[in-house]
Amino acid sequence: MRIPCPFCGERDSDEFLSIGTVGPARPDEKASLDAFVDYLHFRDNPAAETREHWHHVHGCRQWLVVSRDTRSHTISAAEPARRSAP
Amino acid sequence: MTYSALALLKNALTGNRNWKPMWREPEPRAFYDTVVVGGGGHGLATAYYLAKEHGVTDVAVVEKGYLGSGNVGRNTTIIRSNYMMPDNTRFYEWSLKLWEGLEQDINYNAMVSQRGVLNLAHSDAQRDAYARRGNAMRIAGVDAELLDRSAIRELVPLLDLDTARFPVKAGLLQRRGGTVRHDAVAWGYARAADKRGVDLIQNCEVVGIRVDNGRVTGVETTRGFIGARRVALAAAGNSSRVAAMAGLRLPLESHVLQAFVSEGIKPVLDQVVTFGAGHFYVSQSDKGGLVFGGDIDGYASYAQRGSLGVVEHVMEEGLALFPAFSRLRFLRQWGGVMDMSMDGSPIIDLTPISGLFLNCGWCYGGFKATPASGWCFAWTIAKGEPHALNSGFRLDRFTSGGVIDEKGAGAQANLH
Repeated sequence: MRIPCPFCGERDSDEFLSIGTVGPARPDEKASLDAFVDYLHFRDNPAAETREHWHHVHGCRQWLVVSRDTRSHTISAAEPARRSAP
Repeated sequence: MTYSALALLKNALTGNRNWKPMWREPEPRAFYDTVVVGGGGHGLATAYYLAKEHGVTDVAVVEKGYLGSGNVGRNTTIIRSNYMMPDNTRFYEWSLKLWEGLEQDINYNAMVSQRGVLNLAHSDAQRDAYARRGNAMRIAGVDAELLDRSAIRELVPLLDLDTARFPVKAGLLQRRGGTVRHDAVAWGYARAADKRGVDLIQNCEVVGIRVDNGRVTGVETTRGFIGARRVALAAAGNSSRVAAMAGLRLPLESHVLQAFVSEGIKPVLDQVVTFGAGHFYVSQSDKGGLVFGGDIDGYASYAQRGSLGVVEHVMEEGLALFPAFSRLRFLRQWGGVMDMSMDGSPIIDLTPISGLFLNCGWCYGGFKATPASGWCFAWTIAKGEPHALNSGFRLDRFTSGGVIDEKGAGAQANLH
């Protein structure tokens, strides 16, 4: 799998670390226990195109939002996380 | 037909023309008491123990592909019960006991081989951790031996003990651990379940779960609607997708795990050996090939195939232990989709939907759990409550704080 890093160009996925899908956002600190449990432990786990946070840890060390299909590993886009909507 | 030496002889003398298919291929009926979703090791074992232990024989196992086409045929065939957390130790030890009696129980040669599982320690701290784990196992009545370097040298002469980058300091040996012919486990359970009246329905993908007033009433499949009083999900890497059909969200992420086989060679390795400075495990199959694997690739996947970077990393780990393996040709490689749970431990439980039961979260430890998973799931389905052996594997542990985090990695699926 190769990831088109917007800063470094197309690079081997071994240079990156995936931490999973973008969102949901961390609940407000006054939110219920269930909201935090859901945030911490539960996942949509889609078999579909999904947006994920990847860190180019062995490259430019930038956080990216990568649009990737979990069924085929096809990557349709990669953009800097700071420019991407949450 | 019961398999025996006599049956073998009789069929040999009659030109092997009279063997019967191992199971029927029935059309799905309109209604079953219980439908098990997933015809892999866990689903088939569940159906078998439902029939055998609880007399529930009005059961169908529905499988989207062919029986055993998923993870039961994609693992590295290792069985062991060398866990430290009490819930895990009890459960996996029961699994190992079931493995020990499996072949007689289901009248099928699954090639259960208790050749020993040796975990290598590469630092003083790791040796202490293994000693602690070994003691926890022995307190729970599980066999464990801490080996020093000379004992390891004698047991596994091929290991690089003298010049290795990560020196071997000690090893934790579970002699009762070993390997089992994984396909035979699926076939054996399938045949034994079929014999007790369970319908095994292949090429029948579940596309919906029908729920009326909070109660499950059946499954929509590619071969039509099948009504059921109870539906039991054992869909491994696809658990999230199947559970979503009933509106459930699970503490799971699906990841790809690769496994590998080398060309066949004469016997060089008698045990299962694991590398403690990384994540690598190897054994030699009876056919002669080395069967080995490592970590998951680390990203969510349903693709049943992984990246070459992990292939290279696993090979490097293997050679760090056994430099002689560098001469071997690598024969084949494949991937399986793992249902990685957020604490690294499984879920065998009821769900908020009446009549719907859940078996998932096996991470990469599902194969060794097959008999106990089926046994405990069957109990849970038949009695409507978990057995003491799976009372820790409940879905609400993520809310109550009772997670079973064997590795202490926290809620990060790719770290378990």
